Amino acid sequence: MSIAWYLAVSAIVFSLGAIGVMTRRNPLVVLLCLELMLNGANLALIAFSRMWGNGDGQILAIVVMTVAACEVCIGLGMIVAIYRRHLPIDVDELRELQG
Amino acid sequence: MSATTYGWLVLLFPLLGMLVTALGFRSLPGRSAGWIATAAIFLSFLAALGALIKIQGLAPEHRQVVSSLWSYASTVGIDAQMSILVDPLSVFMILVVTGVSTLIHLYSISYMEGDRGFARYFSYLNFFVFSMLLLVLAGYFLLLIVGWAFVGAASYLLISFWYRRTTATSAGIKAFVINVVGDVGLVLGTYFIFKHTHTLDFLKTFQATSAGAFGHGSNEGDLVAGCILLLVGAFAKSAQIPLHTWLPDAMEGPTPVSSLIHAATMVTAGVYLIARMHPLFELAPAAQDVGAVVGAATLLIAGTIGLAQTDIKRVIAYSTMSQIGYMIMGVSVGAYAAGLFHLMTHAFFKALLFMAAGSIIGAMAGEQSLNRMGGFRKAMPFTYGCFIVGGLALSGVPPFSGFFSKDDILLVTGERGGWHWILYVAGYVGAFLTAIYTFRMIFRAFHGEPVAEARELEAGHLHHAEVPRNPANGEEEDTDVGFPGPTHAIAERALPMRVAMGMLALGAVGAGLVQIPKVDFVIDDFLRPSFAGSALYEPHTKNGLLVFGLGLGTVLALLGIALAHRIWVVRPGMATSIRERFRPAYVLFVNKWYFDELIDMLVVKPAAAGGLFARDTFERLFVDETLIGGTTGIVRAGSAAVRAAQSGFVRYYAALLVLGVTGVGFYFLLQT
Amino acid sequence: MSSVLFFLAAIGVITGATGVVVLRNPFYSVLALVIHLVSLAVLFLLLRAEFVAAVQVVVYAGAVMVLYVFVVAYVGGESDSIGERLRSRGAVGSGLRLGGAILGGAVCVELLIALLGTGLEAINGYGAGYSPGPQAYGTPAYIGKLLLTRFLLAFEVASFLLLIAAVGGVVLARRRGGLEDEDERDLLTPLDLLRPRGTGTMAEGVGRRSS
Repeated sequence: MSIAWYLAVSAIVFSLGAIGVMTRRNPLVVLLCLELMLNGANLALIAFSRMWGNGDGQILAIVVMTVAACEVCIGLGMIVAIYRRHLPIDVDELRELQG
Repeated sequence: MSATTYGWLVLLFPLLGMLVTALGFRSLPGRSAGWIATAAIFLSFLAALGALIKIQGLAPEHRQVVSSLWSYASTVGIDAQMSILVDPLSVFMILVVTGVSTLIHLYSISYMEGDRGFARYFSYLNFFVFSMLLLVLAGYFLLLIVGWAFVGAASYLLISFWYRRTTATSAGIKAFVINVVGDVGLVLGTYFIFKHTHTLDFLKTFQATSAGAFGHGSNEGDLVAGCILLLVGAFAKSAQIPLHTWLPDAMEGPTPVSSLIHAATMVTAGVYLIARMHPLFELAPAAQDVGAVVGAATLLIAGTIGLAQTDIKRVIAYSTMSQIGYMIMGVSVGAYAAGLFHLMTHAFFKALLFMAAGSIIGAMAGEQSLNRMGGFRKAMPFTYGCFIVGGLALSGVPPFSGFFSKDDILLVTGERGGWHWILYVAGYVGAFLTAIYTFRMIFRAFHGEPVAEARELEAGHLHHAEVPRNPANGEEEDTDVGFPGPTHAIAERALPMRVAMGMLALGAVGAGLVQIPKVDFVIDDFLRPSFAGSALYEPHTKNGLLVFGLGLGTVLALLGIALAHRIWVVRPGMATSIRERFRPAYVLFVNKWYFDELIDMLVVKPAAAGGLFARDTFERLFVDETLIGGTTGIVRAGSAAVRAAQSGFVRYYAALLVLGVTGVGFYFLLQT
Repeated sequence: MSSVLFFLAAIGVITGATGVVVLRNPFYSVLALVIHLVSLAVLFLLLRAEFVAAVQVVVYAGAVMVLYVFVVAYVGGESDSIGERLRSRGAVGSGLRLGGAILGGAVCVELLIALLGTGLEAINGYGAGYSPGPQAYGTPAYIGKLLLTRFLLAFEVASFLLLIAAVGGVVLARRRGGLEDEDERDLLTPLDLLRPRGTGTMAEGVGRRSS
């Protein structure tokens, strides 16, 4: 299949992730949807890398995966900390930044 | 050293005196501020003498000398210079001003001793003298207006000198506001004149006027308007009807202030103005007539009010108003030399009367009411003598100076003929009234049974009040800064006061000798170069009228003194019975012809109502609620709207992000 | 053959993604993501990115998702169904549910237009040429060479980032004084007083002085 198909799939995955971030209330699931978006971007990167024929996209995809792993670590740590303080696990309830 | 150099020196010395006393007011020891100020004015007097000598050394046609220090502004249509005009008229005025001021400064050194504002007083006084000299030396309308305004400011500062008294501060404000009305008239009048002559320099204006800048008829509209507006300025400064209500209240100031400003110098600025602007006035006889009528009305009304007043300083104030009415009437009918001569003699005897009044007020420990005075003749002989000399001069008894000057004015008035006979009659009626109220004051204060303070003084002890009170309303006052000092100086005990009063008494007696009719014409000849080109300036011609006038004046004056003597000395109860018989007239006079109430109703109340409306309604509704409230409301609403974006909901932020990305992408897609 | 594989993998990817967004139970969402990740690895293989596909399965699906499973097991949390969520609830909300869906749809459309509709010709091809070999495109050797030569800085920074994330995760999740339960407090022993600050158990190390 031509590269265009892969790009289409990537676009669909990315927007599904965006919908999930905007819609879900459980922070864990929000993080999961964030992963979705990152994966969509990864797919686009790999596709473009195949199109050009050099490995730059793949390297960037690996780095993105690394960053995603770090971000998951921190995010889950925060959720655990929130849970430990007996606060509701609901992004709508966690709004002390409200001004 | 030319005449104009002397002119600048005349201006410089009071300015320096003011700066030295003002800047060093904390460090000048004892009474040195007073001596410095007096020395400054004395030097100024010497410079004025120098200017006189120099001027007389020039040929008569050349005696009007202009000197300019620098130009304020030279633009299209206007060339403003800072120039003084030294000519016989201004030299006359500066001699009178500096001479009398020196003596008053000398008097003040004793009078104001012990006052905590001693140095401040002298700096204000020097500032005043500087402003007055600036006014009379100005050769340019702008400088005249500057001097005029400064004089008003100095008057305000000095009237409210004892600023802890609310009566004093109210009086100062009243004087200032009424003077501002006059300032407006002066400036607008200048505009009307400038519109046609296109110059603000005096000499050039006069040349342009006689060359026909206002058209070749007389009573040209703009000229009359301009002259009448100048008259408004003159009336406000010289306390003529209807802008006179500030002068009696101005007696709240210290007595030397009253004697300098409100007798000898500032109130004569109006007379000077009319005399200086005579070429303009002569082409606008309508304005001259207005001036003459107002002057005559003032002299009569003020005379009647003086009959009923009980505060000794206010009696003298109304007498000032009346005499200035004579002067205004005089210069308005063309008796320039006579009017200015009366200005000079009046300066002498009125300043003398005020100084003597200050002396007796000191003996009464600040009390000013005639009702509480009596029988000081034995206790204060020197003061009594000064009062007598001043009173005789004021009433116009020969051979005192007032006789010659007052009758000079009335003579010229009578010579003009026509409807001026009314003014002639009014002038003599006023002279009769003058004699009565002047000697009423003297007899009530010095004759009769001595009051307690007089007996104390005869025993050698000067009375002091235990509780200091405001003489105007009897309120107890605090003795912080802004309070008359604890010492009360009287002439019998203070040498500087005696020296000053003595010299003024000599002037009051002997000044008439320079202008005895038909014998010598010193003032006439001296002032003639200033009035060259005036159609009205001629020596007296009608001998019959001259003799009649002199005789009538003498008779009326003596009659008035005799009447006063009879009422207040011989038959003390007669005053009360006369008052009862003429009750309506008495009420009218004692209430000062209800001018204060009239002005209050016509001007003050509408202005206050307007102010309250502006504050409560307009300002509140329009400014506070609409403009300010609206602006803040908009800002608050805007910030509330923006604050709504800070909802704290993470999902909103994510949605905003996505929205932003979409928007940017959309933009770039459109580009391709 | 590759087309069939592509479609199967693409269906897996999209189904997994949809499952993450839609499923109510967060545990099910995690599982859906695992399916998505594995299908994505297949897509990577189809694009000749062997090493990346392996990394994807091993790291992403293997390590990150395991971490997720642990946390979901610990924290849990039921979510509403999507139908309930789209209906009105609470302060923020209902508008955002539906609006979010619409906005996401708008993003998708826009991205599709941007990627496919702009007239790029190269995406219609199958990519640049591929010549197999030990260090061919996509092999581990290839990636390794790139990582250690051209992208050395990125490599080092990424490892640094991992270190920071590890430390950060520990710091975030540790216990802090004042919010612990009653029964977790230790009794004071004389030995505690003698022990200098910063030594001892980790609880003491972070400042809880057994008071």
